[in-house]
Amino acid sequence: MYAQMVTSEATQDDPEKLAAFQARIDAGEKIEPKDWMPEGYRKTLIRQIGQHAHSEIVGQLPEGNWITRAPTLERKAILLAKVQDEAGHGLYLYCAAETLGVSRDELTEALLAGKMKYSSIFNYPTLTWADIGAVGWLVDGAAIMNQVPLQRTSFGPYSRAMIRICKEESFHQRQGFDIMRKMATGTEAQRRMAQDALNRFWYPSLMMFGPSDKDSVHSAQSMRWKIKMNTNDELRQKFVDQTVPQAEYLGLTVPDPDLRWNAEKGGYDFSEPDWTEFFEVLKGNGPCNAERLAARQKAWDDGAWVREGLMAHAAKRAAAPLAAE
Amino acid sequence: MSAEWPLWEIFIRGQHGLNHRHVGSLHAPDAEMAMRHARDVYTRRNEGVSIWVVPSVAITASSPSDKGPMFEPSQDKVYRHPSFFDIPDEIGHM
Repeated sequence: MYAQMVTSEATQDDPEKLAAFQARIDAGEKIEPKDWMPEGYRKTLIRQIGQHAHSEIVGQLPEGNWITRAPTLERKAILLAKVQDEAGHGLYLYCAAETLGVSRDELTEALLAGKMKYSSIFNYPTLTWADIGAVGWLVDGAAIMNQVPLQRTSFGPYSRAMIRICKEESFHQRQGFDIMRKMATGTEAQRRMAQDALNRFWYPSLMMFGPSDKDSVHSAQSMRWKIKMNTNDELRQKFVDQTVPQAEYLGLTVPDPDLRWNAEKGGYDFSEPDWTEFFEVLKGNGPCNAERLAARQKAWDDGAWVREGLMAHAAKRAAAPLAAE
Repeated sequence: MSAEWPLWEIFIRGQHGLNHRHVGSLHAPDAEMAMRHARDVYTRRNEGVSIWVVPSVAITASSPSDKGPMFEPSQDKVYRHPSFFDIPDEIGHM
């Protein structure tokens, strides 16, 4: 998902406190920043929320690529609004992570140093305008699958950030579907572009949920803590079941010859993505990893004088009334 | 200078006649910039008619460990609620 393969931290706390903490979570209580929490819970959350925040910010890059080339002024205004939302989502999430005792600058520096990750999906290029449709429809669609249940996560600030994000995310998916619909019903060349975008984004979208985690110890711990609400396989299945009829409506073909409705399980059988490719992308060997990180590094470096200058200005202004006395 | 921009808590009045409500926080070098950022981050879809920005360091919060002594005493004072008193049906609405 936006946070993939988050390893949970082992926790070595007082068993009595741990049991009381688990009881609060089981009772559906929200954990707030000043409450006692196991070190493992805190560290796992910092990693997960941080990764989620980085994904929102890096996710602006593939879409930003098309702002200057959007086909109409209306599409351009819509895409600008969407990319601005992603910046907002990143901010909500960084703030949620900060309540756990890490600063936003520390998180950014960890990303730039390669110590923290962002979702594998944003390492794929957006080659045509149809890709912007596919990203909204599929990538935001997959993100919603994960984010809707996370509104009920046990950590208060994370849950509240998710509620805010989910309110806005539906606009993102619909605008993507709208682009796809326009192209799928357009000229033959436009229809081919839409099909090509689906072909390239289908499997990377399935990878967003991460590999099967039914035997993962980390996932089990995170699920007990209500940091993770569903298994990766459950969410992937739900995504496929929701998306295939939409593709059929568009008259597009999902690039999976083994895709079949399975009446017995009440869902589609489908092919797994290439997990070797997924791990290569995570390791930094995807088509755009270097480009994405370089863009973040440049923004961080180029913005340094602005961050410093505004602080200096604020300090000078704060000192001014004192000097006048 | 490498100091990180300080944190501000943002409160928004959603509609005329309602209280300002805490909606989240953000970083900004000063109050003026905090106001600009709050407008961009928290009111992109007509969420507000008024914004307060407050430095996070200015907020004093009650401690979770004081929850008992702070809030439990009011639990056994049910007579503070109107439903504690029986009013005869003949009296009607009171």
